[in-house]
Amino acid sequence: MSDVATPQGPALTAKDFATDQEVRWCPGCGDYSILKQVQTILPQTGIPREDIVIISGIGCSSRFPYYMNTYGMHSIHGRATAIASGLKATRPELSVWIVTGDGDALSIGGNHTIHLLRRNFNVNILLFNNQIYGLTKGQYSPTSEINKVTKSTPMGSLDHPFNPLALAMGADATFIARSMDRDPKHLQQMLLRSHGHHGASFLEIYQNCNIFNDGAFEIFTEKATKPEEAIFLEQGKPLIYGANKDKGVKLDGYKPTLVNLNDGHSADDLWIHDEADFFKAQILTRMFDNPSAPGHFPRPFGVFYAADRPTYEDEMQLQIEEIIATKGKGKLDALLEGKETWVIE
Amino acid sequence: MPTFVPYFNIMSVPTQVVEDVVIKFAGDSGDGMQLTGSQFTNNTALIGNDLSTFPDFPAEIRAPQGTLPGVSGYQLHFSSQRIFTPGDTCDVLVAMNAAALKVNLKGLKQGGIIIANTDGFDNKNLRLANYPEGVNPLEDGSLQGYELHKIDVTKLTREALKDIQLGTKEKDRAKNMFVLGFLYWLYNRDMTSTFSFLHDKFGKQPDILDSNIKALQAGYNYGDTVEAFASRYKVSKAKLPAGKYRNITGNTALTYGLIAASEMANLPIFLGTYPITPASDILHELARHKNFGIRTYQAEDEIAGITAAIGAAYGGSLGITTTSGPGMALKTEALGLAMMLEIPLLVVNIQRGGPSTGLPTKTEQSDLLQAYYGRNGESPLPVISASSPSDCFFAAYEAVRIAVQHMTPVILLSDGYIANGAEPWLYPQTSDLKPIEVIFKKALSEDEPKFMPYLRDEKLVRPWAVPGTPGLEHRIGGLEKEDITGNVSYDPDNHERMVKIRQAKVDMIANYIPQQTLDSGPEKGDVLVLGWGSTYGAIKSAVATLQSQGKSVAHAHLRHMRPFPSNLGDILHNYKKVLIPELNNGQLIKIIRDKYLVDAIGYNKIKGVPLTRSELVSAISEMLA
Repeated sequence: MSDVATPQGPALTAKDFATDQEVRWCPGCGDYSILKQVQTILPQTGIPREDIVIISGIGCSSRFPYYMNTYGMHSIHGRATAIASGLKATRPELSVWIVTGDGDALSIGGNHTIHLLRRNFNVNILLFNNQIYGLTKGQYSPTSEINKVTKSTPMGSLDHPFNPLALAMGADATFIARSMDRDPKHLQQMLLRSHGHHGASFLEIYQNCNIFNDGAFEIFTEKATKPEEAIFLEQGKPLIYGANKDKGVKLDGYKPTLVNLNDGHSADDLWIHDEADFFKAQILTRMFDNPSAPGHFPRPFGVFYAADRPTYEDEMQLQIEEIIATKGKGKLDALLEGKETWVIE
Repeated sequence: MPTFVPYFNIMSVPTQVVEDVVIKFAGDSGDGMQLTGSQFTNNTALIGNDLSTFPDFPAEIRAPQGTLPGVSGYQLHFSSQRIFTPGDTCDVLVAMNAAALKVNLKGLKQGGIIIANTDGFDNKNLRLANYPEGVNPLEDGSLQGYELHKIDVTKLTREALKDIQLGTKEKDRAKNMFVLGFLYWLYNRDMTSTFSFLHDKFGKQPDILDSNIKALQAGYNYGDTVEAFASRYKVSKAKLPAGKYRNITGNTALTYGLIAASEMANLPIFLGTYPITPASDILHELARHKNFGIRTYQAEDEIAGITAAIGAAYGGSLGITTTSGPGMALKTEALGLAMMLEIPLLVVNIQRGGPSTGLPTKTEQSDLLQAYYGRNGESPLPVISASSPSDCFFAAYEAVRIAVQHMTPVILLSDGYIANGAEPWLYPQTSDLKPIEVIFKKALSEDEPKFMPYLRDEKLVRPWAVPGTPGLEHRIGGLEKEDITGNVSYDPDNHERMVKIRQAKVDMIANYIPQQTLDSGPEKGDVLVLGWGSTYGAIKSAVATLQSQGKSVAHAHLRHMRPFPSNLGDILHNYKKVLIPELNNGQLIKIIRDKYLVDAIGYNKIKGVPLTRSELVSAISEMLA
């Protein structure tokens, strides 16, 4: 089910979504690309500007609403998801976007993130994952790799990192996808898919912090290594990757294995991607190997999982309509009077 | 509905008319004393007595059976006169077990009636209640100063239910109905209200319904049969102001106040909340009335409760969050955001004993300073308080009015005592309620080239412009904002200006609230008793006692805690002494001393229970001496 509205008035352009506020991210930050892609796709959705609300928490990414000429709220750390839940519950017709980071969504706001996903509000979560705390100047984050040396962990971090998509899967998210700041075309596609999904969309975007964690994802994003390290998921297509498109992923029972198509394997033997397959999606999210480990899997990008489940706000509205249909609209005087009264003369 | 015909001639025992009765129902927390008490209360309300109740129960759902901490009590004061407290001492104590007697005996008047369930005084119960080995207060003469009635409620209930196919455990659950029936006999009551309650509650479980009704009737008939009492009692209708009344508890009244405000402001309610004692009943009650277009949202935690309400308010709903002290602590950062965003939001704090988890089921007024000062930065917010169960309705209505008309979060303080307490209510009609005007900004006016979200009106209030309004797209947030434009600003002068404006905006609300009035007493005199919140009834009663003795004592009770009514300073200076009674270690007194430089004296009680009339009479008398 798509939420694309019929355009009204003259068609908007990306420029119509920019504000007069100076963009203050560090030069070279991956956030610039994400901002540009969002401004590019919004006119294509046909939603009027006044019906779009962008809500963020705290962190570098959370400055995002100030640069978008829509309604917006730059709120408090970790709570954008909860604020958006209340807004969407009461105003289901609005297009609500949550811009958040790995610290905001997975550390301080982790609780609200998982609860929003299970409730399945029809909102779009854009998780800018840079695996570092930027705004507080470089501490490790819940997605930083283990043993990360930062200001707060001079001897290396001890924490095992979150796998954000596996977490979303565990919280029963109905739409799970991954993209990257350095692939504008793919990012635009994923943004449009997130928007089109009727339910909570969880889009993880690998975003380079060139000041505190430069190159964290370069193995997936740079030309030299991207073909061998990133695998792009397409619905109904086999999982093929490699500079020569000669490598693939095969499912051996529940166990994915890497095969070389030059070694007698055919594309027909490979894992065919199906976004609707709940179990395969879980395996896909677990293809999360350290890229320096020998024999590691390539990292998947694209839509991992997309399913239909009623949204919270639709069900909430339905309950109200049902009770009004059976009991009639509430009457204040009858409520105040209640069942039992007496008269004093 | 069965009509109940007693087996015997009910004229066999004469009826004596009394003015005023206090009954305490006390038993184990699983004995159903709250239900018994509230049923007797409803019945009392329907015959037109004035009444006031004090439910008092442990925090554990089933505290260890038979022990002193497991005792659950429900105190009911009813009268043919106006009354304002649940009573300092009891006339009748119903003790379902030894522990209930031990905990409550000190609150029973000399010569008062004890109705004791003998089955609750066996060796095990006596031991659990810490009576010395071999001592049974029912047998050792220690209760000689009281009128003791021993009834084996368990045995009689089982006997009455012998033909019903239920286990003993289930049958014993109807014990409280036997006791209720007995008291209905003692106070000459028609039991219809409880019959209809039982039919509503157990209509689908015929055996349970039958056992409750049979036990109730058996209790009534027992009274008639045994002639243990020389007289039955009757309390005449109270001389209340004329009109139509209903019985109401504080949390229900508060809920109705929210619904009324929502209807009269034409704003749909969104309640974002997390269950917490003693606030949860507001969620339960609101959730029952979704046909008013109400959305209730049980969030994942207290923070999500308030932030979801902020999101709803941003979208143009009446955003509400409800909580109690510890939950309030969790909400403070979000409350600061709402204050910075300058959007309407109602935060209801049903105060309980603190600090930390404190005394969840006990009452206290110890969150006033938290409401005033409990946020980072300069963060002033209006604070409203409710002073009795029915007053919770009007306090909620006023709190919503201020929130939506002044674009600010408002903190509404109630407490566990009035939240669970009940009283008769001369409830208003919709036509008595003043509509709450709400203005949404719908479009730019001709002289506005661009929307300025922080451009203020004469009340210093900024416009409420909700998403979906074309041409008013704007961004707001928790960062300091530039005056008028709302853009992010780190300018030093701007910050100081904004801090002062936000303070002035809250202070200016004083121009839009009623002047402070005296509840009673002379305009100038010896002592002013200044109260707030649930101490109202006790102060009113104590002051009335002293006034009847010709003492120069006045009572003023605050609804608006911040800002105060503009004439409060003048009132305070009209008396030689000012007494401020509070259920805390001295909170309002600090604010009053700070703001008005008045050498007020505190009377403070921090025991988790309400003030009594008599202790206040003593405290005020000392000041008069």
